[in-house]
Amino acid sequence: MSSKPQVPAIEGWYTLDKNQPHLIGTQCTTCHTYFFPRQNLFCKNPDCDGSEFTEVQLSRTGTIWSYTNACYKPPEPFVAAEPFVPYTIAAVELDKEKMIVLGQVISGVDVSQLKVGMKMELVLDTLHEDAESEKVIWKWQPIDAAKKVGDAK
Amino acid sequence: MSSNDVAVIGVGMHPWGKWGRNFVEYGVHAARAALKDAGVPWRDVQFISGAATMRCGYPGYVAGATFAQALGWQGAEVNTSYAACASGSQALAAARAKILSGACEVALVIGSDTTPKGFLAPAKGYRPDDPDWVRFYIGITNPTYFALYARRRMDLYGATEEDFAAVKVKNAEQGFTNPNARYRKKFTMEEVLGSAMVADPLRLFQICATSDGAAAIVLCSAAYAKKLGKSTAPRIAAISTVTPKYASGEVEMPDIATDSAAIAEAHSFRAALAKKAYEEAGVSPKDVSLAEVYDLSSALELDWMEYIGLCQPGEAEHMLRAGDTKIGGRVPVNPSGGLACFGEAVPAQALAQVCELTWQLRGEAGDRQVQNAKVGITANQGLFGHGSSVILTK
Repeated sequence: MSSKPQVPAIEGWYTLDKNQPHLIGTQCTTCHTYFFPRQNLFCKNPDCDGSEFTEVQLSRTGTIWSYTNACYKPPEPFVAAEPFVPYTIAAVELDKEKMIVLGQVISGVDVSQLKVGMKMELVLDTLHEDAESEKVIWKWQPIDAAKKVGDAK
Repeated sequence: MSSNDVAVIGVGMHPWGKWGRNFVEYGVHAARAALKDAGVPWRDVQFISGAATMRCGYPGYVAGATFAQALGWQGAEVNTSYAACASGSQALAAARAKILSGACEVALVIGSDTTPKGFLAPAKGYRPDDPDWVRFYIGITNPTYFALYARRRMDLYGATEEDFAAVKVKNAEQGFTNPNARYRKKFTMEEVLGSAMVADPLRLFQICATSDGAAAIVLCSAAYAKKLGKSTAPRIAAISTVTPKYASGEVEMPDIATDSAAIAEAHSFRAALAKKAYEEAGVSPKDVSLAEVYDLSSALELDWMEYIGLCQPGEAEHMLRAGDTKIGGRVPVNPSGGLACFGEAVPAQALAQVCELTWQLRGEAGDRQVQNAKVGITANQGLFGHGSSVILTK
């Protein structure tokens, strides 16, 4: 972590609580279904014509639907470190909302440490830095590993 | 052939490759080949339907008119369809609907593309409202999605890296003599498993490239086919281009999140594509002689086998290992060589699948011929809720 100020890589998509961050979604006030990214104008449930939404913090834990890694540098708008460092990716089904959300996995965890069905939690971590700030994004972290990673620090 | 049928009387392709020339050139080449195959002069075509390409400037957005002008304006009615990877099928569906409505008798459908090198990337700028932009920003590329599906098969069904490599070896073997394929090279398991890891568990030789190429199809009414002495031409029994149903439960490009299944039940989009096609055609998976499916990755072919009903979920590896899906097996899958041998030329690919079914049902597929082919199905899927499944019958 650098000493630069931390700012969200994407504004308004997640809370900036360092210990217990949540993705920010919306919930239709008519049919109560959840949306992430947020839906504010019209409900996407075909049986609902709702147009009012409340902002909700989504469950910050879930189970792995699947996982992989990125061995090659993605194209822009991805901002890669030089040299490029491969990273792990997980698709995690949120406990309450039953939606599968993709994201990077915190560094230090590779695919051999993951399994479909494993419990994960949401954390904030650096996506990239520029001259002024460190851009933070949501990432997935194995719940079992949380304590170990914490101890290591 | 009943009077309500639409027949495929001509097919043609421009070989797939990385030629770097204008997409119009490939499209005209494929169109002329299809017209010659049909024995129909261009002047007689009443409806021209183009599949759009987004990477070749304005002429690509109005592909139908671009091809009509290139072939020589002759006053046909024109259409252009864009539906990502399913663009070709939608252009085909537009032509079929025109014929079925009685508004025209004979139509020409063309899809062609010239593709850039490397990863397909989104439009520039800071655009968090665009899911395609967001996923690239956080580092999620197309191979990420293919690898997620593949890894899930490993954990759930016991699929192995060797199974995925075996699909590539099979398709490379099948496409080896296909004159329109870009990659005509046989691969060994060792070569595939020795290629660079891209997105674990998928390696370079298991992920489809992007290609230049073009495919064209001439289709007509039953009466017109009879007039030409082509009453036995394969007929289009179904074209399915359904959207997903909410809540769409599959992790799909380019989204970073699925719909929530907390309130609405989750549905499988890919299975729905084929289901609609079978219902429309009045045939079942048991009737299928061969399938051309969208093997964007070698592992994805196994998913498609299940989505089109060739086997139950979790059984595709058994069919593969038993040799059921190779030419000579029970239901050959991707006898053309599939995307493994072609690479993807987006607006042409769904049409190329139909070209292969046509050659197979006519018994003109040469070394790739599936014996006694009577019913063929395609399956294809692209970004933003697009996909297609076409069934041709003899």
